[in-house]
Amino acid sequence: MKILCQVGILFAVCWVSQLVETLLPIPFPASVLGMVLLFLLLCTKRLRVEHIREKSDFLLANMAFFFVPAGVSILEYVDLLRSSVVQMVVICTVSAVVTFAAAAYSVKLTLWLMGKAGSHA
Amino acid sequence: MREIFFSPFFGVALTVLAFWVGLKLQKKTGWAICSPLLIAIVLVCGVLLALDIPYEAYDQGGSLINLFLAPATACLAVSVYTKLDLLKRYWLPVLVGCTVGSLTSMGSVALLCRLFRLDEAMTASLLPKSVTTPIAVSIAEGHGGVPSITVVAVLFTGILGSILAPLLIRLFRVREPLAAGLAIGASSHAMGTSKALELGETEGAMSGLAIGVCGIVTVVVSLFL
Repeated sequence: MKILCQVGILFAVCWVSQLVETLLPIPFPASVLGMVLLFLLLCTKRLRVEHIREKSDFLLANMAFFFVPAGVSILEYVDLLRSSVVQMVVICTVSAVVTFAAAAYSVKLTLWLMGKAGSHA
Repeated sequence: MREIFFSPFFGVALTVLAFWVGLKLQKKTGWAICSPLLIAIVLVCGVLLALDIPYEAYDQGGSLINLFLAPATACLAVSVYTKLDLLKRYWLPVLVGCTVGSLTSMGSVALLCRLFRLDEAMTASLLPKSVTTPIAVSIAEGHGGVPSITVVAVLFTGILGSILAPLLIRLFRVREPLAAGLAIGASSHAMGTSKALELGETEGAMSGLAIGVCGIVTVVVSLFL
């Protein structure tokens, strides 16, 4: 019954966020809304981590599994991919390296500036 | 006789079996390329093609598993919440790193897509490739992209990130665990995070945090595209 309640809570959060998605004037994905909603519920202590611990541990630990069918759906788009697979690989590789460098150096710079401000104070 | 493959039980059972094989293989080899997710996808595709089972048959079970993606994404809130004190102390570098990372990711993809003269649907599918799958898919869908191409691009980026992360840290001389963790999470989401966890506790926590924050930043940025 405990796990059943946790499933109920999480599915209810998802359903409410779908409801909010239809009400919003801008396209904002319901899955992200669910994340924000759950975060707010936790921060305002309406919900405690214990209320959903087992179920959320289960979902987070097995996250990759739930993506399998989405990946398999590639079978339906083989023709579309065949023409641009090389470009895709190049784009993903270059972009991943550039993104890593940009994020790392911006954090380094911010930390350095914070340290400098801290030593003056 | 073929109708039997249209039962939802077939799709779910096949997926679990394929993922289990993937987990075993990764444990045995320890290679980053042996991601259970990648192996499971390849195995399921292989079985469907070899036995000539239509995709629609598999999807009877597949769509059931898909249903759990939304609650799984929502649960990322729990992992961010458990690192709340880290977020409170370093909210500025987290925000700066994730914003710069997300903008660089989308900007570089847009630029490269134009360079290769790819059409709009392809560009929209690749644009959110550095964020976690459910967020990336909903952004791509909203902009007229093809979700399955997004999934492939996200997967490829994630696998690449988990292989390259230690190399990139040395190459760019990133000594701060905070910077390394955020950079891994920003460039290669959850799959990269699994590698970050092996590198250290702070790296792992920051990488996990970056998944959520980058997802939200990317959603907000994509609203203006």
